[in-house]
Amino acid sequence: MSEGLVTISYIAATILFIKSLGGLSNPESSRQGNYFGIAGMTIAILATVFGPQITGINSLLTVLICMSIGGSVGVFAAIKVKMTEMPELVALMHSLVGLAAVLVGYANYIDPTTGFVGVERTIHEVEIYVGILIGAVTFSGSVIAFGKLSAKISGKPVLLPARHLLNLALLVGAIVLGKWFINIEEISVGILPLALMTVIALLFGIHMVMAIGGADMPVVVSMLNSYSGWAAAATGFMLSNDLLIVTGALVGSSGAILSYIMCRAMNRNFISVIAGGFGTDSGTPAAPGSTEPQGEVQPISASDTAELLKEAQHVIIVPGYGMAVAQAQHTVFEITKLLREKGIEVRFGIHPVAGRMPGHMNVLLAEARVPYDIVMEMDEINEDFPNTDVAIVIGANDIVNPAAQEDPNSPIAGMPVLEVWKAKTSIVMKRSMASGYAGVDNPLFYKDNNRMLFGDAKKMLEEVLVHLKG
Amino acid sequence: MRIGIPKEIHDGEKRVATTPEVAAKLQKLGFTVAVEAGAGEGADYSDAAYQAAGVEIVPDTKTLWDTADIVLKVRAPDLSKGEVDLLREGGNLISFIWPGQNPELLEKLAARKASVLAMDMVPRISRAQKLDALSSMANIAGYRAVIEAAHQFGRFFTGQITAAGKVPPAKVFIIGVGVAGLAAIGAASGLGAIVRASDTRPEVKDQVKSLGGEFVEVDYQEEGTGVGGYAKVMSEGYQKAQREMYAKQAKEVDIIITTALIPGKPAPRLITAEMVESMKPGSVIVDLAAEQGGNCELTVAGEIVVRHGVNIIGYTDLPSRLARQSSNLYSTNLLRMLEELCKTKDGIIDINMEDEVIRGATVIKEGSITWPPPPPRLSATPVKPAVAGAAVAPKKEGFKLPPQVKTGLLLALAALAFYGVGVGAPAAFMEHLTVFVLACFVGYMVIWNVTPALHTPLMSVTNAISSIIAIGALIQISSPGTVLTGLAALAITLTSVNMVGGFWVTQRMLRMFRK
Repeated sequence: MSEGLVTISYIAATILFIKSLGGLSNPESSRQGNYFGIAGMTIAILATVFGPQITGINSLLTVLICMSIGGSVGVFAAIKVKMTEMPELVALMHSLVGLAAVLVGYANYIDPTTGFVGVERTIHEVEIYVGILIGAVTFSGSVIAFGKLSAKISGKPVLLPARHLLNLALLVGAIVLGKWFINIEEISVGILPLALMTVIALLFGIHMVMAIGGADMPVVVSMLNSYSGWAAAATGFMLSNDLLIVTGALVGSSGAILSYIMCRAMNRNFISVIAGGFGTDSGTPAAPGSTEPQGEVQPISASDTAELLKEAQHVIIVPGYGMAVAQAQHTVFEITKLLREKGIEVRFGIHPVAGRMPGHMNVLLAEARVPYDIVMEMDEINEDFPNTDVAIVIGANDIVNPAAQEDPNSPIAGMPVLEVWKAKTSIVMKRSMASGYAGVDNPLFYKDNNRMLFGDAKKMLEEVLVHLKG
Repeated sequence: MRIGIPKEIHDGEKRVATTPEVAAKLQKLGFTVAVEAGAGEGADYSDAAYQAAGVEIVPDTKTLWDTADIVLKVRAPDLSKGEVDLLREGGNLISFIWPGQNPELLEKLAARKASVLAMDMVPRISRAQKLDALSSMANIAGYRAVIEAAHQFGRFFTGQITAAGKVPPAKVFIIGVGVAGLAAIGAASGLGAIVRASDTRPEVKDQVKSLGGEFVEVDYQEEGTGVGGYAKVMSEGYQKAQREMYAKQAKEVDIIITTALIPGKPAPRLITAEMVESMKPGSVIVDLAAEQGGNCELTVAGEIVVRHGVNIIGYTDLPSRLARQSSNLYSTNLLRMLEELCKTKDGIIDINMEDEVIRGATVIKEGSITWPPPPPRLSATPVKPAVAGAAVAPKKEGFKLPPQVKTGLLLALAALAFYGVGVGAPAAFMEHLTVFVLACFVGYMVIWNVTPALHTPLMSVTNAISSIIAIGALIQISSPGTVLTGLAALAITLTSVNMVGGFWVTQRMLRMFRK
């Protein structure tokens, strides 16, 4: 295959990738979009494999073997993964992209056939340096994110003393090493600053994600998604390959937009999320007494919940991470189905940061066969709460906290929330009275029209289901 | 202990303090229950129904009062008919009492050395909602008020377009949006009328809207929320503005339902004779405050009168006109009260004066008058101290650039950076940069179109796509050197995991999204 043909194939692949992302604008076209993506990838890989840069049957064989091994592992993981574990899988996959970027960077550096000189050489080395840097941060950050999401590492933010200074020191170190690296002519010597920088980048990735707590995970996951894209783009610059640049930029901006959406949904600044810790920079939450909710919580039984649901006309269910933890989505759907058969309107209200990654709840509900047209975004459904008879909150806390609107001293003040308290009755399913991730007490629990259904979400929902059937 | 339920002797009172269902539940609490013969007739509960629930039927009024440890009633004991003297010494009575309006009754009851709990004195706190009989009765009264109005009103409530011409919908104006007012709004809008409502407490606005009503505001600034969720007396200026608004509404609407009450005071006079005169002939006024003197000047308590062509309904027995429903709700309130009094479920009541709810309701404890109770603690909604707002303000101070300057600076910086790159970089790099920037822009446009529901598939598909980095490894697989080939091979393996796995799992997810 000639150079020109390869380029044409790359252009085709680029267009297909854009179509693929465009397809995700609605669930109807999304499956087709995914096929576009697969087609684009196939074209790009085939064009490269049969392009001028791969010579000899041995190379072809190696590629075939490597791809079969990797592909089989990928298929295995994709089939095995539970929908509740999607964030873990995505984080793990990000780490692979990061690692690959590092490997390609190193390979490119020690490749003797590049032969750049002068400014071009300097730029090329900067590209290698930056590519490896981003790749390494993505890799170690994703591994830690994976550990946190799969509860192999504690989800609590680990805040080292003087962590901002530490980050700054790491950054300065990376820049100094970079300067040193560019001035070195010999590859065998240059590898030293490169390796040192890789270690620094790895440390930086670990440190950054360790400082971020559970509910900020959606931001981190999408940020790492973005990084994996930038890593690919940097590799593209390094190899002078436009396909990589375009694809990397697409993925990078996609992740960046997702991070932005997530931050906006929490009314938090991107920098402050990345800097880690919740409420740590604004000092202790407002003086006690001024904001403490008053009154007492009113518990409710599963059978009374069922009664309330039977008599309702409009029901909104607000799921949170607790539903994913309890694996309760299927029971939720059973209840939904039963209520809908009785002519009761049931809809779902999804907060953008519910769960541990963007769109997490939607995927879980889709897995449980909940039709997507009754699953609403926060902005679509918030106005409807006053006309709702029963709002059920399953394992969510901060995203339904009225303090965000009512109490200007609250650490989550200004965060958009689902206004469940405006429903005639709200029922909160919770394991205990512990406060949410943000450590803010939730005045919702003390409202007159709120009832608490304590217990494991799945178990309690199953009881509700039994009473609904009975 | 033995609970006795006498027949109500007040004229026209059809309610009964305990229904057979509640009687059965009372027995589960350990009480024995006796009912005077015929007590439930007015509410369509036969003696046989009580017997079926295990209740003893006592034919004689005196025997019933004498043998009962606890007497449950609806109306306060009638002084003129000697009902008070029936209560045995040291007995217990739970009923409506209205201690504020009936000081003499209170004295007489105290003289019997009895303990008396007034259902109308239950404090209005969240915990006591289930035993708030005033609310249950007010709810019924509000509903019934609309039905009575509809009965007197000579037209449809709902607007219709018929072959015989167009019928405009009735306009209903409701004054006072308490429990009764809300029930009236619901009932009237349910019948298809155009409903307007007004109240001195602005926070009820949302409730009015939620029931399909329109909230009419008084053009005057004053907060009207008093202690315990009731309204308070308003200032002169407010009242003037309010009168003007009522006069305007009176000319427009067909039906006025007034429910304005201020605790411990006569009902405020809101509708004057002139306003009645200004109403259309055939209009209806229902005055739910008739018993407390009436919100309308021309109301006659207990009767329907026609003044200036307007029917003014002053019934004071609206809950009794829905006797079965009100008996049902009232007896449930009583049951909740007895549950509070008998937490041990052994049929013995304990009037625990430490309990806020019981303390509030108890007007006589063993012969000594304990009314009025100390004022209720804070109302249920947390009241924020006024300082909270002030404390926040100074925090935000500090130097901040106006947003335009900020954007300008950022743009200038970006331009400088691009200029710097443009000066130094070779042409090939600039080409790549062009591609990169354009691709970022395309990505930006495309990604904003992605529906938030598909954010997870978006991440997994971008993940799969980012394994395009495999190309970087592929073009190095034929390079000389084992290390190089090894690195490339490893990178290819890793990215293929991503590539295949990413697309596969995306497909798996997308297949699940269905209508």
